[in-house]
Amino acid sequence: MDELLREYLPILVFLAVAVGLGLVLMLSAAVIAVRNPDPEKVSTYECGFNAFDDARMRFDVRFYLVSILFIIFDLEVAFLFPWAVAFGDLSATAFWSMMVFLVVLTVGFAYEWKKGALEWD
Amino acid sequence: MTRADLIAVLPEALLALFALTALMWGAFGGKDRIARPLLYATAAMLALLALWIGSAGGGASTAFGGMFVNDAFARFAKVTILVAAAAVLVMGEDFLARRDLLRFEYPVLVALAVLGMMMMVSAGDLMALYMGLELQSLALYVIAAMRRDSLKSTEAGLKYFVLGALASGLLLYGASLTYGYAGTTTFAGILAAVRDSTLPLGLLFGLVFLVAGLAFKVSAVPFHMWTPDVYEGAPTPVTAFFATAPKVGAMALFARLLHDAFGPAGHDWGQIVAFLAVASMFLGAVAAIGQRDIKRLMAYSSIGHMGFALVGLAAGSATGVQAMLVYLAIYVTMNVGVFAFILSMERDGRHVTDIASLSLLARAEPTAALALLILLFSLAGVPPLVGFFAKYGVLVAAVQADMVWLALAGVIASVIGAFYYLRIVYLMYFGQEGEGLDGAMSWSQRALLVAAAAVMLVGVVNLFGIEGPAAAAAAALVR
Repeated sequence: MDELLREYLPILVFLAVAVGLGLVLMLSAAVIAVRNPDPEKVSTYECGFNAFDDARMRFDVRFYLVSILFIIFDLEVAFLFPWAVAFGDLSATAFWSMMVFLVVLTVGFAYEWKKGALEWD
Repeated sequence: MTRADLIAVLPEALLALFALTALMWGAFGGKDRIARPLLYATAAMLALLALWIGSAGGGASTAFGGMFVNDAFARFAKVTILVAAAAVLVMGEDFLARRDLLRFEYPVLVALAVLGMMMMVSAGDLMALYMGLELQSLALYVIAAMRRDSLKSTEAGLKYFVLGALASGLLLYGASLTYGYAGTTTFAGILAAVRDSTLPLGLLFGLVFLVAGLAFKVSAVPFHMWTPDVYEGAPTPVTAFFATAPKVGAMALFARLLHDAFGPAGHDWGQIVAFLAVASMFLGAVAAIGQRDIKRLMAYSSIGHMGFALVGLAAGSATGVQAMLVYLAIYVTMNVGVFAFILSMERDGRHVTDIASLSLLARAEPTAALALLILLFSLAGVPPLVGFFAKYGVLVAAVQADMVWLALAGVIASVIGAFYYLRIVYLMYFGQEGEGLDGAMSWSQRALLVAAAAVMLVGVVNLFGIEGPAAAAAAALVR
């Protein structure tokens, strides 16, 4: 039992450091920071939009395209990571499966690029 | 992965390669100028694949550790899907070109949707099922909203997407419950878990959610709400596509899941499917009466027809599955014919879809009116035509499975439903003078309309021999 607990000691230390550091940062901001609030500073930050507004407002569809692109490449990396870690033990099937996946993804990306979806103006 | 695995999926792999190449060719090469040749190339590709799969004999084989099943059932469904998609592509070309909607993405998206359907009907695993279903659905959401500057088309696309996502969620929830209680996602494994004992409560819940998700995809009541709006809003060639190939794919997937994975629990799902069937038949028959728009009317008609196809599935026997497959093939033929006509409905260069504009069509276009009359009688299930034998088949299967009440309900619904088909015929021949149609049909629309009507007459002899392959397909599924 002791052995088991000792193995988890680093996690306890880590938790203590995390909580301690967080407290120190917040408290020091409260104690030593210069206070000079204005309406812009205290309003909620939401990139480019008013935080409280009608939900039915128009916004540029390209925001949506960028977020879709982000999701695609985010997922790609999520798949690539375990594949790359285990690269040494991969069979030929596993290697070529990932290559096919990457080709399909690249075709989609090339289409989007060629269609001009990445140009902001 | 062996060579045998790759050979089993060769048609699908070729179609995927074709779609990717076409997309790159369109983006880097000709842009929308190549849309017309690309559309015909896609239709030819689909027809060739249908020919190939149809002529390939052999029994059942599985690939990728049981994830992909290639049996007579899958082949029957694939040929129906491919032929329907090719026909719909060809007959929509003229419509799209004249309305400036013919973009090169359209045939590519149709090819990808068909690829998804082929994966669906060959699925041997919940994972493969979901992958095929999503590939199909995502392509369909996009083409529903293809007319970007039309409020109705974008609304149709968005509605279809949001409700489709909800259905996918239900399906996934069911799949995860099934996985939790069966311990596997392969259909063979689930079958073994179901066979061992009475259905555990968790598996029953999984089954119900899976059925709900699939009922949405075949637009069975009470999961049908999206159908009329999407059919009305989408561009008409897209509506024609929705009404044909995806319905076959989803029904075949429904049958495959229920028989391949939950076969021994037939008593449990039989009653759910019977309820879906009765509700769909009656709602399809009653709600279509009030419609004044022919695309909405065809939407309710398709709901009703899916109800009849579900009767065959509810019977839970090989005869039932055979009747369902024959029903689907006939239903697709009738819908291709009717939509070939709807695509040509035009007044002063604008596409019109109100039923009143069909008044006295028989005077202006006697052949088209006669062909439409035959198709509508067949849709209603009037005896000498092929549509009657389709209904007769599923009702007989229900009676043989001791579900006489279900067959009786089908007969009553079919009589109610006949009213709205006959009203169109009445309008065409004895309607009042009004603003008629003045558009001309393109050669492909006229050819498909007349051919579909001819099939309804000539098919009476022996249904073109599709009963044999359908029986083999059903025998492959129900063991």
